[in-house]
Amino acid sequence: MLSCYRILDLTTEKAFMCGRALSDFGAEVIKIEKPGGDPARLKGPFYKDIVDPEKNLTWFAFNANKKGITLDIESAQGKEIFKKLVKTADVVLESYTPGYLDSLGLGYKDLSKINPGIVLTSITGFGQEGPYRNYKDPDIVVRALGGLIYTAGYDDRPPLTVSYEHTHSLGAMNGAAGTMIALMHRVHTGKGQHVDAITQQALDIVCSAEIEGPYALFGQIPTRHGRARATVTLKDGSTFYNPLLWECKDGYIALNLLLNPTAAKNNLSMMEYIKKDGIDIGFLEGWAWDKKSWEDMSREQAEKLMDTLGKFFMNHTKDELLKLATENRFQLGPCNNAEDVLKYPQLKARNFWKEVEHPELGTSLKYPGGAVMTTQGYVGVRRRAPLIGEHNEEIYKELGISADELKALKKQKVI
Amino acid sequence: MDRKPFEGVKIIQLCWAGVGVYTCNYLSHYGATTIRVETSTRPDPVRLFALFAPTNKPGEPVGLERSAFFSITHTAPEMDISLNFKHSEAIEIFKKLVAWADVVAEGFPAGVMDKLGLDYEGLKKVNPQIIMFRTCGYGHTGPMADQPGFGSILTAVTMMDTIAGWPDRPPVPPSTYYTDQLSPMYASLAIMAALDYRRRTGKGQYIDHAQIEAGLNYMTPLILDYQVNHRELTLKGNKSDYAAPHGIYRCKGDARWVAIAVMNDNEWRSLVKVIGSPQWAKDKKYVKAVGRVKNSDELDSRVEEWTVNYPPEDIQEKLQAGGIGAGLVANAKDIDEDPQMNYYHFYRELDHPYMGKLRYYHPAPIKLSAVETAVQRPVLVGEHTDYICTKILGMSQGEVDRLRQKGVFE
Repeated sequence: MLSCYRILDLTTEKAFMCGRALSDFGAEVIKIEKPGGDPARLKGPFYKDIVDPEKNLTWFAFNANKKGITLDIESAQGKEIFKKLVKTADVVLESYTPGYLDSLGLGYKDLSKINPGIVLTSITGFGQEGPYRNYKDPDIVVRALGGLIYTAGYDDRPPLTVSYEHTHSLGAMNGAAGTMIALMHRVHTGKGQHVDAITQQALDIVCSAEIEGPYALFGQIPTRHGRARATVTLKDGSTFYNPLLWECKDGYIALNLLLNPTAAKNNLSMMEYIKKDGIDIGFLEGWAWDKKSWEDMSREQAEKLMDTLGKFFMNHTKDELLKLATENRFQLGPCNNAEDVLKYPQLKARNFWKEVEHPELGTSLKYPGGAVMTTQGYVGVRRRAPLIGEHNEEIYKELGISADELKALKKQKVI
Repeated sequence: MDRKPFEGVKIIQLCWAGVGVYTCNYLSHYGATTIRVETSTRPDPVRLFALFAPTNKPGEPVGLERSAFFSITHTAPEMDISLNFKHSEAIEIFKKLVAWADVVAEGFPAGVMDKLGLDYEGLKKVNPQIIMFRTCGYGHTGPMADQPGFGSILTAVTMMDTIAGWPDRPPVPPSTYYTDQLSPMYASLAIMAALDYRRRTGKGQYIDHAQIEAGLNYMTPLILDYQVNHRELTLKGNKSDYAAPHGIYRCKGDARWVAIAVMNDNEWRSLVKVIGSPQWAKDKKYVKAVGRVKNSDELDSRVEEWTVNYPPEDIQEKLQAGGIGAGLVANAKDIDEDPQMNYYHFYRELDHPYMGKLRYYHPAPIKLSAVETAVQRPVLVGEHTDYICTKILGMSQGEVDRLRQKGVFE
């Protein structure tokens, strides 16, 4: 759908996902690495744990579909070549410290002089302006200032970040959306613009309802309660935290406990299943699900409800509960790990997983398929990520650089 | 020149809960005309989510207009028409809207629209160029197509509830409805790409967005790691495999914490300077990252001996000035007062007829240099019914009144 656009991708590992997402929709994305390869290629995990820049799994994941060239944009010749490329492109993506490209003479103003239609998308932790613009933005720091850490974790231990670093992908994906907005604006104006995509703000939107809401309305500061972070108000006006995750026979499941009339049918039928297990449901026997909500429940009743559900889930496996949920439209799902998702029935039925050939490894790997399915062509992963400098010849030839010149540039470590 | 990116783009939005709304917001913040279709007879569950804004009138029911959750997700300009599809006249009016629109975005589980004859084939009969965007938890085909998909469950199903935790305890959710905010960016890209494609080719399309599939696209490295190395993610608390110190440290004050991440040896040398070059920091085992990671327990307690003496704001400032990544672990009040967020004017105060003045409405997390984002208070159910019927669809006020009597606009 977007095959008419050429995108130059200067991003660091934080924002690889931005160009990857645009390439899923067909855009031609050219990843530009330093000669010798991006330093992020040396940060694991690796294929079969072999430390090798051509075997990096994060690189595979978020640079798939892209073409790859090497270029030293800090060198004088490299800059000139980059400017030539900008003339052929619609978008430049980057995630350097704010001001770095300006210092090279390659900031938005410089690029728009070369190509007034160019869209420059900058993805950073805190943004291009303001008091934090020069801040270092490692994953845990942005996540902390974005408000997502304070409420995560157990109350008897420090707050928790994530063990899988992915926080900047929220900024990166907003960068992709911002890029498209700018391209659509260009249709009207004929001009490009600078898109400032900010991970801190993207995180703030994630925690808005849970964290900002109570503060704006009541001056409350939500704290961490382990797995119990669905907040409801009880009859006495007090706040009750019910778990998002529950233990079952062989792992954990998530339950969305909607306690209002819209969910009456589901809740009633779940009670029937609980009774079948021989569990006493107590006061819930006569509960008017079609009329009552959390606001009608006492603390004692809420705790009895938790106890009843907890007993029921411990009687069953993840698979049993998933089957029950699917048949009865219960709002419940297994807490999956990688093994589980690869065999998840719904994804198999939709033919979601895509085999991507890795000829150099002599194998193919299963990648998540596209984030959407459309009637105007496939969206998603098409081919493996580029090797270091894989498309140098193709792209530089197109720019009119001869084979001899290319050789010289290689010698000078520009390419 | 002043035309906004999506000016002239008309969207019909039948989206419940989070994903569809967040998706359309990207377009509505930037100039699209968005009409939300809903009915008070079967309200969006999010309108019934606590917390609710207080009322000054004793005994007044909470109703559909006070939910903090609803209001904070509906911050882009929208209009609202209430239509009760139990009436055939409501379906007729809806079809007129489809004929007027460029995009129909809906967020019901598979089957709901189909039963009303309003699936893609049905909409195409009314408007052959229509872009129909559908989002639901599991996608619109397969055995789980008709399952409701709430974010808290999708977060678990997409592995995101296995990525935060301590090695000796069960993992905890990293957020509440994480996929609700992670999957819309893909969805908005799809709609924008479809609009651009239609502009160039004249062709509309059908888009099937499954939150499980969009969510898993964030998890690809873990899925590849499992396939080739037969390994699930190890929970590490707040530690990193390749950097130390890396963690959350207690500070001066009640429940005050700071995040510090020393990503390389240069930053380590800076940190030592900032904390006053204590004797212990000169130990050779700390010179290289490998040694620091190996001795991270000991190192973390040393760092905390220093951090407990200062408020987190001071540590953030001192360390960042020294070129080291550090940031306070912000709570609700801290985010609200954050100098960077406020520099960007991220929180807008708006008045709401039921909720009063609140300062928590925000734009998309992007700033474009050539266009301003529009932020508006959330719409009330049916707020623009008369305007839409008479001014957009050209119906007479008499006709509108007659249909209202029948309950078409309930």
